[in-house]
Amino acid sequence: MAEQKTLHKWFWAWDFEKEERWLNEMAWSGWALCDIGFCRYTFEKTEPGEYTLRLEMRDHDDGYLSFMEETGAEYIGRMVKWIYFRRKTEYGPFDLYSDTDSRIAHLDRISRLLLVIGLLNLGIGILNSVNGASLGWINLICATLLMYGLGRIHGKKESLQQDKLIRE
Amino acid sequence: MTDSLVLTEATYYILLALYTPQHGYGIMQMAENLSKGRVHLAAGTLYGALSTMSEKGWIRLLPVEEGSRKKEYQLTEEGLKVLKNEIERLRELVANGELVLGGKNNG
Repeated sequence: MAEQKTLHKWFWAWDFEKEERWLNEMAWSGWALCDIGFCRYTFEKTEPGEYTLRLEMRDHDDGYLSFMEETGAEYIGRMVKWIYFRRKTEYGPFDLYSDTDSRIAHLDRISRLLLVIGLLNLGIGILNSVNGASLGWINLICATLLMYGLGRIHGKKESLQQDKLIRE
Repeated sequence: MTDSLVLTEATYYILLALYTPQHGYGIMQMAENLSKGRVHLAAGTLYGALSTMSEKGWIRLLPVEEGSRKKEYQLTEEGLKVLKNEIERLRELVANGELVLGGKNNG
């Protein structure tokens, strides 16, 4: 069995591109992600650049996973709604999305989730504050943070939409 | 399904590839071969497009063969009509381009 190592790291949902970049840098240096947990990344020793890593947010769908495997991708695992794939670099470039529409649809999925959790926190926060519960402010901070994330995702989406005005 | 339908490049190549039955990976390879490597369909995009096009009735899932997990799709009558309309539209685009620029792109 290949040598393994585990790192702990936190990424915000709206920084998923940064997370993906980091995972690919690891893969380039010969450590390919092989297992995923909460803030926990387990890597195995591989040839440098042997794999390309991709991650996306998507509801559970067995049909999708077998479709991905059909195209040579390996499903690494899932963390809540985030799923992680890798594919051998020798099979060619590996991307999950190849047009603007599906990139926008992906951002919309992330937005919806952030919005639901954000509103939930806002509601609980207000309720707790009104009732004089001492921890209501924590939910309010969470809500604020999630709304900030929503704004970040929205920004990414807008620049894609701008682009779409003049080309596919 | 009316006149002013403009397909995305991905949709166009998927319909084209499904003129004969194909599974997902086959569609990707066909789009790439037909366009000499220019059009690359990513799996997530393709998967989404296939389910939208199935819902619209442009393509259909073929019965899965025994012992195979690969799903195969094929164009429907409706899909073929959409594809032919699009080819007609593209022809018009090219013809107008040549009309205005005066000849085959010889500069």
